[in-house]
Amino acid sequence: MATNTTAVQAKVAKPVAAPGPWREAFGRLIRNKLAIVGLILVILLLFCGIFGPFIAPWPYQVQDLAAVQANGNRPLPPLSPNHILGTDQLGRDLLSRLLDGARISITVAFVVQAVIIFIGVPVGALAGWFGGRTDNALMRLTDVIYAFPDILFIILLSVAFRDTVVGQSLDGLLLVFIAIGLVGWVTVARLTRGQMLALKETEFVEAARAIGVSDRKIVTRHLLPNGMGPIIVAITLGIPVAILAEATLAYIGIGVQPPRASWGSLISEGQKFIRSEPHLVVFPAVFIALALIGFTFLGDGLRDALDPKLKGKQ
Amino acid sequence: MITYIGRRFLWIIPVLFTVSIITFFLMHAVPGGPWDREKHLPKGTQDRLNAQYGLDQPLYIQYINWAGAFVQGDFGPSYRYQDRRVNDIVADGFWVTFQLGVMAFILSVAVGIPLGIFAALGHNRGPDYLATSVSIIGIATPVFVLAILMIVFFSVNLGWFPTGGWKGPQYWVLPTIALAGFSIAIIARYTRASMLEVTRKDFIRTAQSKGLRNQAVVTRHMIRNALIPVVTILGPTLAFLVTGSFIIERIFGILGIGQFYITSISTRDYSLLMAMTMLYAFAVAFLNVVVDVLYAYIDPRIRYS
Repeated sequence: MATNTTAVQAKVAKPVAAPGPWREAFGRLIRNKLAIVGLILVILLLFCGIFGPFIAPWPYQVQDLAAVQANGNRPLPPLSPNHILGTDQLGRDLLSRLLDGARISITVAFVVQAVIIFIGVPVGALAGWFGGRTDNALMRLTDVIYAFPDILFIILLSVAFRDTVVGQSLDGLLLVFIAIGLVGWVTVARLTRGQMLALKETEFVEAARAIGVSDRKIVTRHLLPNGMGPIIVAITLGIPVAILAEATLAYIGIGVQPPRASWGSLISEGQKFIRSEPHLVVFPAVFIALALIGFTFLGDGLRDALDPKLKGKQ
Repeated sequence: MITYIGRRFLWIIPVLFTVSIITFFLMHAVPGGPWDREKHLPKGTQDRLNAQYGLDQPLYIQYINWAGAFVQGDFGPSYRYQDRRVNDIVADGFWVTFQLGVMAFILSVAVGIPLGIFAALGHNRGPDYLATSVSIIGIATPVFVLAILMIVFFSVNLGWFPTGGWKGPQYWVLPTIALAGFSIAIIARYTRASMLEVTRKDFIRTAQSKGLRNQAVVTRHMIRNALIPVVTILGPTLAFLVTGSFIIERIFGILGIGQFYITSISTRDYSLLMAMTMLYAFAVAFLNVVVDVLYAYIDPRIRYS
């Protein structure tokens, strides 16, 4: 313990953003080949999602009926003129629709995780910090949410609020995002609580408390930043789960409303032509796979980078 | 330990109670009712049906009626299939869904764990890359994609297995593999990581330096210790397989209870939906407790207060 109180106070009151551990972690991340593969895939996906509509050869809903009719009313195969990945049976350009699907998937990734952070972190922080009855009540709440059959609950919410303002936002997607987030925050809440409990007993927190830092500041300035690593990892690894959930729901016809199509609904539409036009299923499946692999590798890499103790643990 | 087990199992009751309340009121918040069909029923008929089924009463009364019957094992009448009780519908499909889930679970464990061990023992060599590739494919392929591709290859092109149905062992193969794919990947990943963790432990070095045969070190020390954390994901895995089979049932045309998952919501078949929710919630909560207890039992280092 430092004997000079003012020195301690100066240190605590003005927490300089320590570049050390984060820069080290970044160094470990970029030395990890799989993580780099993941990072590249994620950047590509972000690029497609953000700039997709500008680089897409066609708007996603435009039907090139003439081309389809010329092909005997069948979907165009890949490498057709004007349609590099072919079209569906209505003459809509598959590449353009896949790029729009990328936009949906990155929106899933971020909106769902935002909902999860927004609920999970405060609940976990409150439970871990106050302990006792608060902790008990909040953790029992997570038990209930945990026991909920996820998909059933998501479907129920999606149907229940379909006709409300939320249900109509973002082509019917916002509601699905919120529903996925509402069943998914439990892991982050438990993790945050665990981090809180562990860090609460550390000396630097004791020091902060001794010089009279308020509870709120201890939580927001000391506990959360220090416990951030595992939470970031959990959130990154939660992204593929959310993307998969959205694709599955779209596949069974819940969520995104036509003419927009997520990768899941593209597969569901293409399934009818699987024998003659397998590309209608294969390309969306490849896009889903690359997105899932990208975020999974990046998440694994982040875990190894942020917590060297856990290296190798997947 | 006994009190701990008892407390954990008793805790399932309030969890189920809360789940039932949330679902019940959420479900009745959904616009429309069980009588909205393709053929519009006259108002008088709807009122009479509502009165007959007690749907004209205040919601909390309806809930109490439902809960009272449910506790006695009566899941109520189905509104969609009006000549049938929900109990019969559930009983008919339950075993198929259960069988599918359990077979997929056994397959996941029987393939996933050896795959993970195999990968860890050949760390950064051929076996590791092979096993890791398998698990990447499993993680990157959604269940429905796997199912579609398998039907195309093995049923349509090769004609090895039927495309759908549930009439005998040859019908079981594809749905079980399709359902298990993702879990195999997860279990293999987890086992591999856990094995690698154990490999670095001091007691392994001790075992090796006292001259124990390599095989004994692996089987008696490494695998036994590495599998302890793997047990924690088995409960969620089984729950995922039993509750997640609806999409497989849909693709393969299997008449389990999974199909009612979605139809009960879209047809507002309240009692069927409640029964499905309670059944799944019970399965998830129960399996979690079983795993926690099992965990405490096989690893004496874990002490519960």
